[in-house]
Amino acid sequence: MELFINGDTVTVQDTVQTVVELLEHFELDQKKAIVELNATILDKESYSKTKIQDGDRLEIVHFVGGG
Amino acid sequence: MLKIGNYNFTSRLLLGTGKYPDFDIQKRAVDVSETEVLTFSVRRMNIFEPNQPNFLEKLDVDKYTLLPNTAGAKTAEEAVRTAKLAKASGLCDMIKVEVIGDQKTLLPDPVETLKATEELLKLGFTVLPYTSDDVLLAKRLEELGAHAIMPGASPIGSGQGIINPLNLSFIIEQAKVPVIVDAGIGTPSDATKAMELGADGVLLNTAVSAADDPVKMAEAMKLAIESGRLGYEAGRIPKKRYATASSPTEGMSIVE
Repeated sequence: MELFINGDTVTVQDTVQTVVELLEHFELDQKKAIVELNATILDKESYSKTKIQDGDRLEIVHFVGGG
Repeated sequence: MLKIGNYNFTSRLLLGTGKYPDFDIQKRAVDVSETEVLTFSVRRMNIFEPNQPNFLEKLDVDKYTLLPNTAGAKTAEEAVRTAKLAKASGLCDMIKVEVIGDQKTLLPDPVETLKATEELLKLGFTVLPYTSDDVLLAKRLEELGAHAIMPGASPIGSGQGIINPLNLSFIIEQAKVPVIVDAGIGTPSDATKAMELGADGVLLNTAVSAADDPVKMAEAMKLAIESGRLGYEAGRIPKKRYATASSPTEGMSIVE
């Protein structure tokens, strides 16, 4: 399926069904990532039960250095 | 003791985490600064490079209160979204509202800053707006319920120090919430000056991270802020036009 992640079009196998599986796919599951799915910010607890589907828009953000 | 919302801090130095030469120097600078509050920004992850190092992962997060900023936001709406993303990390409920209205001066947009502050207070955040040194704007932010007011000393990263100490002193005098001087600090004496004026704290980043020796500068800033605070608490002498002898004038042995 095709997803829009951080402004880019990304193709992911259909076996990736949930947000947590998507994070595992990109090896980001151990990172302090914050996920927004179709303009809704997700609770960390909901990553494992939140389904993703073709055409979804995701923002995956984190903290970086700043003043 | 510096009290911001429900948080209490012994240190009055709030330290930014941007632009250090490397993570090791940054860690040592943070350690010697004895800061308890670290600022961060929220940015997109590079999902194709999962092993990019991240300073936050090198920190004992429990030791610090994280103060994410909304840097990058040009509108209240963008600032609120960034704040919500930061809070979703589960690591903090504090937010530094930073809505930049002009890319050359990086001065904050007062209208959008007010709007964002109001909205974030409604959402239950502990809100610290970065603002200009406008006295009435500071008052309006406090009236909204901001937990601290953070007027800039001079433009972000400029190192010009306090360009309007008069306005800053008016802001400090009228405020019932902490005033944190944020942005524009260049030297330890700038930080001392801010504290001598009665500021409750100083937030700085570039002055330390871009110094030739960030670790040494972090220590200098810590001492400068402590020194300025002590001086403020001790109460300075009034300025006089003419000299006043510090040695007694009576009992002088005169050579005849």
